[in-house]
Amino acid sequence: MTTSAHPLAHFDVQEIRKDFPILNDGTRTRPLSYLDSAATSQKPAVVLNAMHDYYVHANANVHRGVHELGDAATSRFEHARHRVARFLNADPRGLIFVRNTTEALNLVATGIARQGGLMASDRVVLSVLEHHSNIVPWQLERSTHGFAIAAIPLHPDGTLDMDEARKLLAPPTKLLSITYQSNVLGTVTPLKELIAMAHEAGILVAVDGAQRVPHARVDMKDLNCDFFAMSGHKVYGPMGSGILWGKPELLSSMSPFLGGGSMIDTVTFERTTWAELPQKFEAGTPDVAAAVGLAAACDYIDSLTYEAIEAHEKDLMQHLLHMLDSLPYIDVYGPNDRERIVGAVSFNVRGVHAHDVGTICDRHGVAIRVGHHCCQPLMRHLGVPATARASVAAYVTHDDIDSLGEALADVASIFGQVITQHTSPASQMEHRHA
Amino acid sequence: MPEDDLYREIILEHASHPHHHGTVTSATHTTEGRNPVCGDEIALSWNEKDGKVSDIAFDGTGCSISQAAASILCDSVIGLPTSQALACARSFRAMLVEGTAPEDDMSDMAALQGVQAYPARVKCALLAWNLLAESLEAEEQSHD
Ligand SMILES: Cc1ncc(COP(=O)(O)O)c(C=O)c1O
Repeated sequence: MTTSAHPLAHFDVQEIRKDFPILNDGTRTRPLSYLDSAATSQKPAVVLNAMHDYYVHANANVHRGVHELGDAATSRFEHARHRVARFLNADPRGLIFVRNTTEALNLVATGIARQGGLMASDRVVLSVLEHHSNIVPWQLERSTHGFAIAAIPLHPDGTLDMDEARKLLAPPTKLLSITYQSNVLGTVTPLKELIAMAHEAGILVAVDGAQRVPHARVDMKDLNCDFFAMSGHKVYGPMGSGILWGKPELLSSMSPFLGGGSMIDTVTFERTTWAELPQKFEAGTPDVAAAVGLAAACDYIDSLTYEAIEAHEKDLMQHLLHMLDSLPYIDVYGPNDRERIVGAVSFNVRGVHAHDVGTICDRHGVAIRVGHHCCQPLMRHLGVPATARASVAAYVTHDDIDSLGEALADVASIFGQVITQHTSPASQMEHRHA
Repeated sequence: MPEDDLYREIILEHASHPHHHGTVTSATHTTEGRNPVCGDEIALSWNEKDGKVSDIAFDGTGCSISQAAASILCDSVIGLPTSQALACARSFRAMLVEGTAPEDDMSDMAALQGVQAYPARVKCALLAWNLLAESLEAEEQSHD
């Protein structure tokens, strides 16, 4: 950590916006306030150029053939692996390129269960915060292997019930798979504490890091999780780029996920042996350009520095939460301590369905996400069918948030009558107790 | 101020005070559906008597468009011969999917024409209407 200058001293959001072609798209006829980076971030030109450069100068299939371009492609792909590994302070042998977080979590579930690591007498623990991509892969494996699944419950404000977590992190639990940061509430889970508790009981820990890496440095050695999944497209990288990182000794003992080319050592019709890590888990031709683009995204983040991104986003979140909290017809979900809401916030306009809010925001050129956010168990916990979610990134400005405020005022004027019904003192009481 | 192209008075009125909300007792037909993307849910129940939709109601939750469309549906088809109710559902669909101009007798249904300009919301408006059409089509086939 540098202690000299304030992290925001050299951070000029207007300069940063110039790095993102889509924010300067002259063909657009409407304004754009992009507050949906938690779904996918926009991509800086350096990422797009790195991918273009790969196709123009080095495209060939990797790990095959002996020609010059094949070597160039392999070299760029492996360079990307080392770059991303360095970004996460991770052992590169355990760094597997996948398409996204979803694929990474399916790889872990399948790889462990198939090799006999999850049996009928075992239990997998998740939490009520989880994205469907950290629920359904386990259910698919459960249907074959018959283990139990339990979920750590939440307090009413959406924070994890750590007493219940402690109870669940005991036999017969074999594995905890949990999010680092909620894509709905923006809250960060006490992961290090959970990992320590789990490891003490001999339980493996897989982390869904999809929403954490966009906002803060994640260090595999420091975190000491067993598996870590993330999506490149949420961290200024291209779609189709994702990572599963795993401790090499664990990955070595697991079953492969997909079978095919590149992942084998020798193949006979009787028996096939697997390639060394990480190729064992990279069947078929990989998306080299996506990997190269993700490496460029790591460079981009490091050039801005996480310190500056965090400071900028903290300032944005304060502005955003202050705006939402000042509107009497808005319900914000999550802890009352607003400092704990990071990167994204969910809310509803009282009495108005989130889809109507989303449509009216869109008419103001404000892009937010509305719906269940692939978190139906969490929606059930919150007692709502859907929420609206605004999320921030390095290129978001106060003006973007002010545009959201104007759009919400418009929602209030269109749905005024409905909102009045729902904000009567009696119904407010109901809300508090709900 | 020109009227909002999507959230017209009639639609907001139907959404906040829906007509025929609930379930028809001893319904001859019930059907339900949901829109997995939005979470809109609609259950339709109706009675067929002498070849007509003698009574109809809907229950469910969702955005103003899905709820208003269901309320308008009930108003529009109650009392109609089933063949006309189906024709009604088909013209509604045509209005939103193919952009056909609303017919003169469509009354409140025509108020939903503006949804056509919002592709992400078309399925909200169609949820109840598709349920009715499927149910009536199944009925028609069983009589063939
Ligand atoms: C917390 C979390 N987990 C997993 C995912 C799934 O990511 P992807 O769709 O890139 O596989 C997302 C993104 O939608 C997410 O926010």
